[in-house]
Amino acid sequence: MNSKIVDIWIAGAAGDGVQSTSEMLAKIAARCGLHVYIYNSYQSAIRGGYVYAQIRISAKKIRTPSDRWDILVALNTDSIERHKGWVKKEGVLIFNCDRAKAPGGLTGIGIPISEVVSNPLMQNTVFLGAACALTGLPLEKFEKAILEVFGKKSQEVKDANLKAAKEGAGRAKSLAGRFKLPVSDKSHILITGNQALAFGAAEGGVRFYSAYPMTPASGVLHWMADHAAKLGICVMQAEDEISVINMAIGASFAGARSMVATSGGGFALMTEAVGLAAMTETPLVAINVCRAGPSTGVPTKTEQGDLWQVLGAGQGDYPKAVIAPLDVEDCFYMVQHSLNLADRYQIPVLMISDLLLSEHNETLEALDPKRIKIDRGEWAGTNGAGQFLRYLYTPGGVSPRAKPGMPDQYIFTAASDDHRESGTLISDVDTDPVERKKMMEKRMRKMEGILKEMPPNVLIGEPKADLTLVGWGSGCGILTELVARAKEEGKKVNALAIRSVWPFLSKEVAGVLTKAKGVMMIENNFTGQMAKLIRQETGFEIPHLCLKYDGEPFYLESTWPMVQKALKGKAQAREVILTPYGLAEDKG
Amino acid sequence: MAELTVIKELNFKSETKPDWCPSCGDFAVLSGLIKALTKLQIEPKDAVTVSGIGCSSNLPGFIRTYGYHSLHGRSIPVATGVKLANPNLKVVVTGGDGDGYGIGVGHFIHALRRNIDLTYLVMNNQVYGLTTGQVSPTSEIGYQTKTTPQGNLEQPINPLALAIAGGATFVARAFSGDPNHMAEVIAQAIEHKGFALVDIFSPCVTFNKVNTYEFFRKRVLKLEEAGHDPANLQQAMEKALMWGDKIPLGVFWRTERAVFDQAKLSKDLPYPADWSGQHGLDDKTFNNLLAELR
Repeated sequence: MNSKIVDIWIAGAAGDGVQSTSEMLAKIAARCGLHVYIYNSYQSAIRGGYVYAQIRISAKKIRTPSDRWDILVALNTDSIERHKGWVKKEGVLIFNCDRAKAPGGLTGIGIPISEVVSNPLMQNTVFLGAACALTGLPLEKFEKAILEVFGKKSQEVKDANLKAAKEGAGRAKSLAGRFKLPVSDKSHILITGNQALAFGAAEGGVRFYSAYPMTPASGVLHWMADHAAKLGICVMQAEDEISVINMAIGASFAGARSMVATSGGGFALMTEAVGLAAMTETPLVAINVCRAGPSTGVPTKTEQGDLWQVLGAGQGDYPKAVIAPLDVEDCFYMVQHSLNLADRYQIPVLMISDLLLSEHNETLEALDPKRIKIDRGEWAGTNGAGQFLRYLYTPGGVSPRAKPGMPDQYIFTAASDDHRESGTLISDVDTDPVERKKMMEKRMRKMEGILKEMPPNVLIGEPKADLTLVGWGSGCGILTELVARAKEEGKKVNALAIRSVWPFLSKEVAGVLTKAKGVMMIENNFTGQMAKLIRQETGFEIPHLCLKYDGEPFYLESTWPMVQKALKGKAQAREVILTPYGLAEDKG
Repeated sequence: MAELTVIKELNFKSETKPDWCPSCGDFAVLSGLIKALTKLQIEPKDAVTVSGIGCSSNLPGFIRTYGYHSLHGRSIPVATGVKLANPNLKVVVTGGDGDGYGIGVGHFIHALRRNIDLTYLVMNNQVYGLTTGQVSPTSEIGYQTKTTPQGNLEQPINPLALAIAGGATFVARAFSGDPNHMAEVIAQAIEHKGFALVDIFSPCVTFNKVNTYEFFRKRVLKLEEAGHDPANLQQAMEKALMWGDKIPLGVFWRTERAVFDQAKLSKDLPYPADWSGQHGLDDKTFNNLLAELR
């Protein structure tokens, strides 16, 4: 099988249609049975900012963004200058020759847009036609995509766009097939991490979702709002994240499966109520889709910088679980697992995603709706004898639940103040150290059960290796690609991808690390937050940290040299990577 | 008297005795709420009381309904979640002036404009009681407390005027010194479809020596006895701004507006709290959603 990856970059100003053009191209490729991975680099400006999208296409699954392009579709002249240095051998530039010339040494397909189409807005369609010709993507699939996108417009508009696409293909004739991709009859789905979380939550029985708009978590809210009425999900955009989480807790107390998602700043506002969910034993899933912090940070850039915020959310000791899905597909299943954990243990389950995982589109061959069944945990009413105690002391720490509307005998008040088995307060006037101690121990006993239900971490590659890479959450993508590259080059490298963050699978992780010959951590943050957690939980100090905190994810080509260094025993304790084609160069 | 005979005795009596100071205004609010619920024949299992933090927010522990005693200032969001998840429940929010007009005022304003069907009883004693006597958002100018030894410099919030301007559809005031009148006003508030505010003068006998039972007894007048028309917005606002020698009680403003109810959007489906199943999506729906991604 031809497993070559073709990298197409579409670049322009915000408002030039970079995203819609890239999604159309991705859809065409996915419908030809090809795998696609898109990474958008954008800024918070709605118009005028600089934007580009990488569309990576191959017959095999792709897991990271790339450093280099085969085809650059320049929607404005500025983007030619920005990206000309990052061309692969044989690369081809597609551009408007009314306005620019191909730089020396670059193969260009210059198309005089003013001659080819009457409306300059159709430039993107012309260019896509040319890109299809270069990659051998069939024009019929492109036609279908045009009909969908312009479905509501007049026949005239559709015809003009079809003609424009053919014009573009014609202009690229001399280079047709240069990057030929193996087209098949299969059709893959194209989905983002946010969509997978929302879709998975719907499959997992979420019936209440509240949120406040915040990049990069808004995609979950958009999917939910779009499907709410049809699926019977109550979707609320509240006035702030404090309201968001308290609404979800109210809905969960009433009996609805509830979920919230936000980014780091919103999560900071939510944290007091995370403790409220734990104290009142009200199930809740809260997702932090991280972006580069602190404060407003770099709102449209990625980072894994919130690990300790999530671990330390809220005052006091309380039981919780923290799960970081490893990729888009894992988002779909882990959100369902988290919902079950939340209900079974009546706890807040916190999920960590990030901009990279949440906003990039990638192809999947299938999603399995049958893999995980809904489990709402224990409810009162199965044995009606005796007085109902909502917070009954049990060996596992879980007490059967009740909800408003159930018969009188189950009436109780859930309180944020600590309380006895019945729910009456142990505070203010009436203090009771004995019951307080018992109740703390009852809640914390849940951790023993939760530990047994945490999803296993994933070892990528062979069990024995000269170097073991460690990462977590979205870092699984770069780990997978690095292990594959090592294999191609005859090196023995494996990787441990951690998704069970809390409670930590200490024994398993220590088992891998203490047997490893060499270990290097790969994390998208400044301090090596997961490395610190590993040391805390296992006593194992990872000798080499490979870090990146410039807002961009790890790219294979610029990360691989670090692995080579580590294999040669030349890696420093702290290695930092800067995105090689940084929008602003590092001048100091 | 015939109508009294059909009223069923309902047991709202909690086993927990209130720990409020003797003669605290909140006792009257608790019994007023129980009277109103009994009058409306709302079963304890179908009522939910939700509160924040403060002396008055301990109320859900002292009444036999389902209850949620939440965080300081967050009662309204919690109650909103309860009501949206199960619109069959009667949800009554209770709390104080610090909880609702101080730390929680943002939620209060949004609940007003949303017109969600909640009854909000604010036990307004113009002081922070549980934290032992600090200035509150409704304390009067010049009022001396532990944190304002030279006297309060800030203009107090006028909750009634704020609620009317903010889009509330039922705005009323009651006084713990007149429990029968209060029970009547609370019953009307619960019956009202939409967001209903009842601001209640509930004197703090320990920390507020200015706004006492005596202070209010001398000043209060009843709007229903003064020919007030609660459907008249201008009159309502004028009465809401009255303060000084004459302070009105009763229903200031009442109107009808669409009630916020997300459940209506998917009316053939069960309410969020009533939904159950092994999978959230049936095969057909799942495949349709998958097809959207192809």
